[in-house]
Amino acid sequence: MTSRTVEYTLGTPGLDEQGRVTDVPLGVGLKNTQEYRLPGQFDESFGAEHMLVNIGPQHPATHGVLRLVIELEGETVIRVIPHIGYLHSGFEKLGEYRQYNQIIPLTDRTDYLSPMANNVGLALAVEKLMDLQITERCQVLRVLACEMSRIISHLVWLGTTGIDLGAFTPFLWSFQERERIYNLQEAWTGARLTTSVTRVGGMMADVPTGWSAGLRDFCRTFPSTLKEIDTMFTRNAIWIGRTQGVGVLSGEEAINRSLSGPMLRASGVDYDVRKDRPYLGYETYDFDVPIGEHGDIYDRYRIRLEEMWQSTRILEQALDRLDKLEGAPLNVDDPRVILPPKSRAMSDMEAMIFHFKQVMEGVKPPVGEAYMGIENPKGELGYYFVSDGTAKPVRWRIRPPAFINLSALPRMCEGALLSDVIAINASVDIVMGEVDR
Amino acid sequence: MTSLSPSAAALRHAFGDAVERSLVSCRDTIVYVRRDRVHDALAWLKTTPEQTFDYLTDVTAVEYRDPERPLEVVWQLRSLARRADLRVKVALDKSAPLEVPTVCDLWKGADWLERETYDMFGVVFTGHPDLRRIIMWETYAEGYPLRKDFPLRGHFSRAEQTRQALAANPEAHYSLDELSIAEAFHELPKDMRERLRRGERGFLK
Repeated sequence: MTSRTVEYTLGTPGLDEQGRVTDVPLGVGLKNTQEYRLPGQFDESFGAEHMLVNIGPQHPATHGVLRLVIELEGETVIRVIPHIGYLHSGFEKLGEYRQYNQIIPLTDRTDYLSPMANNVGLALAVEKLMDLQITERCQVLRVLACEMSRIISHLVWLGTTGIDLGAFTPFLWSFQERERIYNLQEAWTGARLTTSVTRVGGMMADVPTGWSAGLRDFCRTFPSTLKEIDTMFTRNAIWIGRTQGVGVLSGEEAINRSLSGPMLRASGVDYDVRKDRPYLGYETYDFDVPIGEHGDIYDRYRIRLEEMWQSTRILEQALDRLDKLEGAPLNVDDPRVILPPKSRAMSDMEAMIFHFKQVMEGVKPPVGEAYMGIENPKGELGYYFVSDGTAKPVRWRIRPPAFINLSALPRMCEGALLSDVIAINASVDIVMGEVDR
Repeated sequence: MTSLSPSAAALRHAFGDAVERSLVSCRDTIVYVRRDRVHDALAWLKTTPEQTFDYLTDVTAVEYRDPERPLEVVWQLRSLARRADLRVKVALDKSAPLEVPTVCDLWKGADWLERETYDMFGVVFTGHPDLRRIIMWETYAEGYPLRKDFPLRGHFSRAEQTRQALAANPEAHYSLDELSIAEAFHELPKDMRERLRRGERGFLK
């Protein structure tokens, strides 16, 4: 390796002589091209200069506070170094100081584009730890929560990716539709983003009267927007040119890199947690899982688009079931996890004791550990709990799908053009709240 | 109570004493493997045709509240074809260096997961190609945040944390060599290595 121009490059000022911060320097160092050159790409005489381009942490195309440092030869990417951690909040540590139900608000803030699905995942993990069987109505409501989240998360992805590649209009369409789900979410939980809709053994609240009519209305009209987006993108020459054959990962590699969700399925791997390890009775719903073929950005787009259709199908089926279960119990009948009704707590001694114990001590799972994975919009979201029998977990681990999917970014960008990096990064569908936790 | 996954018995048959114990918790099978054989065991689980645990779901660690209990490193494995899960653990005595072999050679997905476990617990994955902090910054000096002896608000006082944050010069992180420090650290001049160890960045006199 040739000698590195360390002193020179670092000497490129970050501070001036008075110690004030000057411009952000773009270091240009001499490198041994032999080592970094991709095979057969450039003639030796082309030059030995590599350029560094820094994107982020504050940049609209990095979808949050992600920083990418890109080493370029000409316009070809030699390597990409992602720097993460700018949004680290220590959720896993905080969880060790919280009771199980108090962790639910933390999950809202990890993948904040699909808060309700995260709430569901957490409740399911604790229920697995306690071996609780939730009621049928609760299952149906949780399916609604998961699929609504999938639609809004994919809509954000679609809109922002469109913007990254120069299409502004679909962004407006998708955000308009997303707004309607947010309104429903607000009517149900009182919050648009920090929903905290589940509780261990049940739900925070049932849906209000007339709510399902609103969701039915959404399911009826949403497909027309999907069709418009489909018309706009799927056969669009610019869209195809920017996405087909870009950021390709083979199925084998996708498995080896632990990818999940649309990223894995776009590479042709038929794996969806809803189908393969069903939870919430997903095996009883009629829906299809789209599988890609080429593992490029275009296939990821097709899969997310199709998943929104399929989610609409699931929502319709779940709404039918919800109507049939009108008046059925919502929460499990287990005083260990669910508060007795206030009227009973005020009149019945036993109910009052249970009320007191739960408020003061919280839910206490037995000693043990459980891993529960659910199919979130970004991929497989796993919650791993270790309990020592007290009301607070010993360890709460989030298996973050966006974090693991993002780790494949350097591989996907190798040899691509600089402008492709933006498209590839968008196709991963990251949420920094979850990547950094 | 469901029964053990058949993979646990197969693993014991193949590795004998190296499999310390296996148990079921919440329908998941957990297998404890001795540290020196864990890489072999994971490779065996990945490649043996009847096992084919080809998908590494997660790598993490668990530290218990009881300070006497060993720290555990956890691998969540999955066989996509057989739809089966297995959790492999290694118990590490906390009085000795926390070291386990890396599985980056088996699963590329282990790269960031191991870096995160190192960052949060201080577990060293020997043989990892680029074991650096990933979520906390490189010069983070307060220790390993998810360890039980780490207070919720950190080891340093609020004032000290603020002082360090203000003294940081993030703009100085933008040079080519700064970025490849992890792989070129040993080639750097000695005084520069010292400066980097002290956490100084940026302007050189």
